[in-house]
Amino acid sequence: MSDMIRATGLVKRYKNTTALAGLDLIVPEGTVLGLLGPNGAGKTTAVRILATLLQPDEGTAEVAGVDVLADPMGVRARIGLSGQYAAVDEHLTGFENLEMVGRLYGMSRQTASARARALLERFDLVEAGDRPSKTYSGGMRRRLDLAGALVAEPPVLILDEPTTGLDPRSRQQMWAVIRDLVSDGTTLLLTTQYLEEADLLADDIVVIDHGRAIAQGTADELKSRTGGERIEVVVADVARLDDAVRALAVVAHGEVQADPARRSVTAAVEDDGAYRLMRVLQALSDDGVELLDVGLRRPTLDDVFLTLTGRVAEGDDAAGSTTEEVSA
Amino acid sequence: MSTTPTSTGPTRTSPTGTSPVRALTDGWVVAKRNVIKIKRVPEILVFVLLSPIMFVLLFAYVFGGAIDPGAGLDYKEFLIGGIFAQTVVFGATFTGAGLAEDMQKGIIDRFRSLPMSRSAVLVGRTTSDIIYNVLSLAIMALTGLLVGWRVREGVLDALAAFALLLLFAYAISWVMGYIGLLVPSVEVINNASFLVIMPLTFVSNAFVPTERFNSFLRPFVEWNPVSAVTQACRELFGNTSAAVPVPDAWSMQHPVLYTLLWVVGILIVFVPLSVRQYRIASSR
Repeated sequence: MSDMIRATGLVKRYKNTTALAGLDLIVPEGTVLGLLGPNGAGKTTAVRILATLLQPDEGTAEVAGVDVLADPMGVRARIGLSGQYAAVDEHLTGFENLEMVGRLYGMSRQTASARARALLERFDLVEAGDRPSKTYSGGMRRRLDLAGALVAEPPVLILDEPTTGLDPRSRQQMWAVIRDLVSDGTTLLLTTQYLEEADLLADDIVVIDHGRAIAQGTADELKSRTGGERIEVVVADVARLDDAVRALAVVAHGEVQADPARRSVTAAVEDDGAYRLMRVLQALSDDGVELLDVGLRRPTLDDVFLTLTGRVAEGDDAAGSTTEEVSA
Repeated sequence: MSTTPTSTGPTRTSPTGTSPVRALTDGWVVAKRNVIKIKRVPEILVFVLLSPIMFVLLFAYVFGGAIDPGAGLDYKEFLIGGIFAQTVVFGATFTGAGLAEDMQKGIIDRFRSLPMSRSAVLVGRTTSDIIYNVLSLAIMALTGLLVGWRVREGVLDALAAFALLLLFAYAISWVMGYIGLLVPSVEVINNASFLVIMPLTFVSNAFVPTERFNSFLRPFVEWNPVSAVTQACRELFGNTSAAVPVPDAWSMQHPVLYTLLWVVGILIVFVPLSVRQYRIASSR
């Protein structure tokens, strides 16, 4: 099995920031690599380099055996890209968008037209196919954009945050579509800031932060790094957060993490989760610490990120997404 | 459901994106996209086409009484050639604005990730903008006829004048397209292009006969390509008079040839410059 994406030591600097600080990526044929990280981690920069939209300052990259710097045209002919901002022309209908992409891949009018119709059907856009795409919902636009990436049936697919900004239902639909694609044997590089998404879709996950990989492995491997179950308590009064930290420290395996903004304290426990949780609750009750919420849960990739970086993986915060846009 | 074949790559029926054939076919596909937009948002067209009408009426009736080009020649006749030239130059900002707008949209990422010709977005935009120029020339000609302008030479000469205007407009489109790629947003393009267009069209023979300019400005007026286009139109339409002598400058004695030289020169410089800027602007 050959590697369909192979990137070595990618570096990309901007005036004030280093977007990529030496990133290595390998995606074997027919597998899905999830590139996971918060906003501004360098995911989009990496994608843009692999899709020939951006030139790295240092490092090399090959896609489907073709060097991105030496033969960008060759790479373009072998990839399908769907970005985080749906790249569709809003004045064109769904059909016109897909037909145009087909023509620009070098297909004849008949082939492009037939391909466009087939994709509209596959992505449940037949009814909307002859309406200008600006009338589409966010989820429909993303599906149309993804369809655009598949027009030429490329062996390598690159999806940059395919579900960012979608409502939960559209996200579920998108996941179903992507899983369907992957089962066909397409090689996929997927970036996401949703840990659940990487868990669900990727064979292998690379966690990146500040432009470099900080961990790699399957979802299970990454989870096992953070220990077993986790106890989380949310205090009513943020002033009592330290008391909660002390109570959890007694039973914790490893570090106790406090999040003042959410007034929550989380700790991993090795075993006997329920028993240890009871002991924590007893201690807090004796201490007179009022709680809003308690829970015992399996580790998520959020916990993995927290363990690896000491920070919470940022969600859709406005400041973060601005930096991403600037670097894009 | 479609089936995905194993790594055979895309279905290809024409040569790779770097061949000249692809530059034309891809440019045509992008032009078609722009034309569809004209159909979907006709409001844009309405305002683009109303302004030439306004120009004709404004100059004919506001300045028409104040400027006398010389005995035996009505100012409206004198004016139309200049208005035509000015309008196609102004119309070229449309190309710049269109490109500046495109560059901000996600669709450019799609275009750039496709194995298509790197010049297609520019070729497509400048090509589809010819349609605007054809329409605005037609509307101006009709308005001109209504206010008293007449074609006094043959039909073929008149057609040659329109063809020359379209060629000149196409060349200026590439200049404005280049500016459109340089500026950071659509808002800037209108102001930026004004800095070029206003002196170019007003320090020319379009509205005021050459001999009315002082000796300091006169050489610029005589060698200004807008003057040449205007002069060529006047001659081809038969809107000249012995009362308005043609300056001795070579450019004014051979306005058609001089205009064509400008067209060729502009294209030689600005086509490669724009294509290069397109690569840079979109790969930051």
